[in-house]
Amino acid sequence: MSSIISISGVTKTYATGFKALKEINLDIERGEIFALLGPNGAGKTTLISIVCGIVNRSSGSVTVDGHDIGRDYRAARSLIGLVPQELTIDAFETVWATVNYSRGLFGKAPDKAFVEKVLRDLSLWDKKDAKAITLSGGMKRRLMIAKALSHEPRVLFLDEPTAGVDVELRQDMWAMVRRLREDGVTIILTTHYIEEAEAMADRVGVINRGEIILVEGKAELMRKLGRKQMTLELRAPLAALPDGLARYALELSADGNALTYTYDSQSDRPGVASLIRDLEAAGIQFHDLDTKNSTLEEIFVNLLRQEP
Amino acid sequence: MNPRAAMNFRAVWAIYRMEMARAFRTVLQSIVSPVISTSLYFVVFGSAIGSRITEIDGISYGAFIVPGLMMLSLLTQSISNASFAIYFPKFVGSIYELLSAPVSYLEIIIAYVGGAATKSIMLGLIILATAALFVPLRIEHPFWMIAFLVLTAVTFSLFGFIIGIWAKTFEQLQLVPLLIVTPLTFLGGSFYSIHMLPGIWKTITLFNPVVYLISGFRWSFYGKADVSVGVSLGMTLVFLAACIAIVAWIFRTGYRLRN
Repeated sequence: MSSIISISGVTKTYATGFKALKEINLDIERGEIFALLGPNGAGKTTLISIVCGIVNRSSGSVTVDGHDIGRDYRAARSLIGLVPQELTIDAFETVWATVNYSRGLFGKAPDKAFVEKVLRDLSLWDKKDAKAITLSGGMKRRLMIAKALSHEPRVLFLDEPTAGVDVELRQDMWAMVRRLREDGVTIILTTHYIEEAEAMADRVGVINRGEIILVEGKAELMRKLGRKQMTLELRAPLAALPDGLARYALELSADGNALTYTYDSQSDRPGVASLIRDLEAAGIQFHDLDTKNSTLEEIFVNLLRQEP
Repeated sequence: MNPRAAMNFRAVWAIYRMEMARAFRTVLQSIVSPVISTSLYFVVFGSAIGSRITEIDGISYGAFIVPGLMMLSLLTQSISNASFAIYFPKFVGSIYELLSAPVSYLEIIIAYVGGAATKSIMLGLIILATAALFVPLRIEHPFWMIAFLVLTAVTFSLFGFIIGIWAKTFEQLQLVPLLIVTPLTFLGGSFYSIHMLPGIWKTITLFNPVVYLISGFRWSFYGKADVSVGVSLGMTLVFLAACIAIVAWIFRTGYRLRN
């Protein structure tokens, strides 16, 4: 069995009648980093909360490493570590007490050496006797991660892990996530910072209005849906595009100095070579040329636009 | 944890210890303030007013009010301890961890209610010790005294736990103790025997569940009761059963926890 989490037919309708999730089917593969993307209110946190046991589902089933989250909740939940979006810690507890508490809560025998290692890895060891309330925002975030890792989970959920986090901590967190993956931990992260998914994920799922609209390998997604853009800096400004170039759907910059050509990497539309030949034939000369791939962010925005 | 294990005792212990640590961290609020307020009751009711009251049922007034005072604190503290313990993580959001942990509802209850009840039992004993400094005490039925103490602490901690889950605001959290429990306790015979009331009020009083708690508890001290001990015990158990039924329903439906 390769999938560690299997979500099938999960729906959630809140008491207010709001349908947060409509029939979610999703498999998370063992040992992967899966990024769940979606705009605010798309249902990311609801989905995670259901898998982790915080919110009851309305219908459907979820298994974690083969254990049903309802019937066999102890086995399912003991495999999962969760770092929620909000910084919610008992403010008056010390770092040391609260991390050991988390370990106990998940039924693990006390292990001071292990907890010390977790705190050291997250640069929290110096603060072990400090109360949570005295920590900076970044340190609180690390503490939440330490609590989630305290019971040696096999699956780690990171809900918007880098929201409001500075660049340095973000880099540290990405490094930590990669280390965990090397140890075989499966990581599911939700984010609306797409660069995060782009930098980290093996696979990407996009959720919008309570529905998974796409699940794809990241590289695959970028190749399939990605676009390329070529920008030509012209030697002399152009007042209008010659008729002969109409079939390329070129964009002329306002000052007439640059031409932009956007094309799908896989399409059979006329290619770059023929465009350059045609430009030459039309007597348009350029002194520089630049190409770029579209980012995951652009792909994502396009996807959501296509939604009805 | 062994996933096949019937109980996650480590989790129960972790929560219980955390709750007890909280009590000792706020030692001023948890322990010192009830001792001061009890002493004030003795000064005002026991000495100032009590000196003008003759014995009730052959017991000096100062000694007569001791069981009622203990019950008064036991009820209010059990409720406030347990309701705050579960409301606070709900309020700040840290409850996510409890809900995502491999912990059963029974374990949550044992840990939180156990913690709250332990604190109020300790408090009851502190009040008893404080009272012993003011008036001569005798306890005729120590076993039943402890039994009533534990039973009441557990029942009202459970009741507080329900309030903590039900409450959506700090105001609601205070509402039930303030508007219902405190009046019922004062009118439940803490400071008088219900036989001292005129006829109709005596009948009305019998609908107050706190009367039975205080009466039974006072019997364990002095062997004298307003209503029979069997009825007192029965009423306490009925209230305990009602709380257990409500908690079972809350957990079955996920009421205000998992929705």
